[in-house]
Amino acid sequence: MSDQIVITVNGKPHNVQATPETPLLYVLRNELGLHAPQFGCGLEQCGACMVIYGREAKQSCKMTVADVGQTPIITLEGLMEDGQLHPVQEAFIEEQAAQCGFCTNGMIIAASALLIKYHHPSEQVIREALDGNLCRCGSHVRILRAVQRAAELMWGPGG
Amino acid sequence: MSKQNIHENEKVPNQSSSGRVESFWGELTSWLDDWLRIEPDGSITAFSGKVELGTGVRTALAQIVAEELDVPFERVHMVMGDTARTPDEGYTAGSMTINSSGGALRQAAAEARQALLELGAEKLDANIADLVVNQGVISMLRDPDRAVSYAELMGGRLFKREVSDSAPLKSPLDYRLVGTSVPRVDIPQKFTGQQSFIQDLQLPGMLHARLVRPPSSSAKLVSLDEDSIKDLPGVVRVVQRGNFIGIITEREEQAILAAQQLKVEWLESPSMPPMADLYTYLRSQPTDDNILIDHGNVETVIASSPQQLRAEYHQPYHAHASIGPSCAVADVTNDQITVWCSTPGPFPLRNALAQLISMPEEKIHLIHVEGSGSYGQNGSDDAAADAIILSQEVGRPVRLQWSRQDEFIWEPKAPAMVMEVRAGLDQQGSITAWDYHVWSPSHVARARFAGQLVAAQLIAGQPFPAGRFSFGAERNAPTNYTFPCQRVTVHYLANTPLRASSMRSLGGAENTFANESFMDELAVAAGVDSLEFRLRYLDDPRARDVLRAAAEKAGWEAHPSPLVRQETPLQGRGVAFARYENEEALVACIAYVQVDPVSGEVRVKRIVLAHDCGLIINPDGLKNQIEGNVIQSLSRALKEEVQFDELRIRSVDWETYPILKFSEVPELEIVLINRPEQPALGAGEPSTVTTAAAVANAIFNAAGIRLRQIPFTPEGVKTALAIE
Repeated sequence: MSDQIVITVNGKPHNVQATPETPLLYVLRNELGLHAPQFGCGLEQCGACMVIYGREAKQSCKMTVADVGQTPIITLEGLMEDGQLHPVQEAFIEEQAAQCGFCTNGMIIAASALLIKYHHPSEQVIREALDGNLCRCGSHVRILRAVQRAAELMWGPGG
Repeated sequence: MSKQNIHENEKVPNQSSSGRVESFWGELTSWLDDWLRIEPDGSITAFSGKVELGTGVRTALAQIVAEELDVPFERVHMVMGDTARTPDEGYTAGSMTINSSGGALRQAAAEARQALLELGAEKLDANIADLVVNQGVISMLRDPDRAVSYAELMGGRLFKREVSDSAPLKSPLDYRLVGTSVPRVDIPQKFTGQQSFIQDLQLPGMLHARLVRPPSSSAKLVSLDEDSIKDLPGVVRVVQRGNFIGIITEREEQAILAAQQLKVEWLESPSMPPMADLYTYLRSQPTDDNILIDHGNVETVIASSPQQLRAEYHQPYHAHASIGPSCAVADVTNDQITVWCSTPGPFPLRNALAQLISMPEEKIHLIHVEGSGSYGQNGSDDAAADAIILSQEVGRPVRLQWSRQDEFIWEPKAPAMVMEVRAGLDQQGSITAWDYHVWSPSHVARARFAGQLVAAQLIAGQPFPAGRFSFGAERNAPTNYTFPCQRVTVHYLANTPLRASSMRSLGGAENTFANESFMDELAVAAGVDSLEFRLRYLDDPRARDVLRAAAEKAGWEAHPSPLVRQETPLQGRGVAFARYENEEALVACIAYVQVDPVSGEVRVKRIVLAHDCGLIINPDGLKNQIEGNVIQSLSRALKEEVQFDELRIRSVDWETYPILKFSEVPELEIVLINRPEQPALGAGEPSTVTTAAAVANAIFNAAGIRLRQIPFTPEGVKTALAIE
């Protein structure tokens, strides 16, 4: 079929069964069986559904599979390598940076994208980068600590 | 379901002023095997009727069991909130899980340990007094090689005995596991994308569903045009019963699309007061009055006091605003029904669902699966009801996911309230009398009966029934201060314009906002530092300790309020104190704020909170709860107010119901006071109650303006400054 949509998720191509206007989130969850990106609003307002799109953290609840194109997608599951936790995941666990944990996917994804660009972001920069990610349980101070810890795990102590 | 059915009378539970009723709507068992099992491999399965709501109780309860049984923590596996497997412990509510389920499991574990020791003594031909237990192995004190493990003694067998309550409990001084920050057992799977939430559950042959809710609870269905979606793929069934409409499809995105495109006409009629009149409306309704304290002649004493003060405080409707909208999966494929959902009360909800679909309760197996944090009654119970109806229609498993808008409109709200306080001061600035009034509907309308479920009401075409009992507004209406003369009255409203039910601390936060703001107003009138003023009325040494601990950590500088410095932004600090439910955990909160007199913006820079909940089970878990309470309650105080007009709720997403963001979160400093000799008190709610007053008092300290209505918006600040 010539109009078959193929997306690349966590390094592997996937033939999409859903119609082109389907938001990416439902394909990730229901076709690929990935549980990390969560449905929070479907309005790009909360960040629970975030994935890494190219090098950017992006909400997956409105972007259609047709719009994904060739850009590779990495989900929380894809951050791990050979079963080893990504430093951001490790830091989040060490800081116990969640209560219910429903928003955590977006937090880890946004932090991972941030730490690719900035090796030692200031707390101010982290707050700005995560400002579009909502947490209702109030785990913010732990999440901020976890991102700072992740920066050290990834890039060594900051100057 | 018959109309008669949904109006079935409730049993009125025993009303207790301590506010623990919700937690105790269960039927407890004293049979040891209902609580604990030693598996053949020596691992321990412990059963709790409470559920994990994201607060870490799965971990804390396992700590308690492992401690009392003397086994490694990793060996304990908790089974929670499953009607086929766990005891009925009513609702997970009121910060009572550690106290009630933790207490029961501790006693059960002690009983099990005793039973194992008796068996061990027999096996080793020794006296119990000569035995020691270490890591699940019983051995002779003087001959450690003579040993037998729990697994050898009991693995896979039943205890077949009662929890006698006479088994010796370990002294808290000997604890090695309780009191330590054991990491949460549920966190690693959540951070690696493993199936963790109800939203992640997939069953073979499962269909997907979305609802087409009316725009408001009073709207009536006029017409439904099924042809409007006849060209859409994957539609299995459009279910319409009364005003209840749901669409079932093969794939999830098909249900979303079909729900958007289905042509439905509703007839709406005004059913709510204008939002601007809310507080006048609440005070003008018929009430059922309940005087909690009446000590001395308040009217006479206030009237004869040289200084008389009065203030009225307002609390708007708040949403639980869970990040993940509610979801449930139901499987009604034969006459054995299974429902997976995130209810805080699996057993009572099972009763309601059985009524809803006219089936005996025993036919329904209800399994709690974690959802997004709920902080009281969000949409979870209603989603379970929707799912069971939809699955019943098609005879296949159905996963129902609420939309963001479904959650905001249909979740029960924390009720709006009015609080009025009056007091007199004598010549020395001492309080002569205190008169407190609160107007509120019931804070509890849990789905224990079908009629309390949205689905039942939409099907029957009948509005939400008035509460048959009123509960929750009295929480922290009385203070813990000693006043020479006082009266505390709760004016219960029979109805609430917006559906309301439990949210974190029930009336505790709102009453404390009023009480602690007014204490500050009195301190100002007396010309006394607000911390010092509070200490004058507190006899309880624990209360004095917690206030002093917060003050010391914060570096409190004593001075009468306000202290308006000529600088921009204006800066100030405020304090608030409460003992939750007057006999639970003690909390003192100090907030530091900046107020921009031009924009009216309030920025909270730093919050220091001291907390005494007796024996601490897990310090880091406790800190996590406190931080969450403070941030969530700060969000409620600064930003939150459910918008509505006479027709509809207008807060439908995160733009129309904004919550606190990272850029607005203050520095937090928590002081934990551990009291191993005291009972462990719950910590899920107490530190939620002091934030609003501490911030309001800090704003007064900084700017000389008194904000008496939540939220403290820039408009409110500017208006107050203009009047000033």
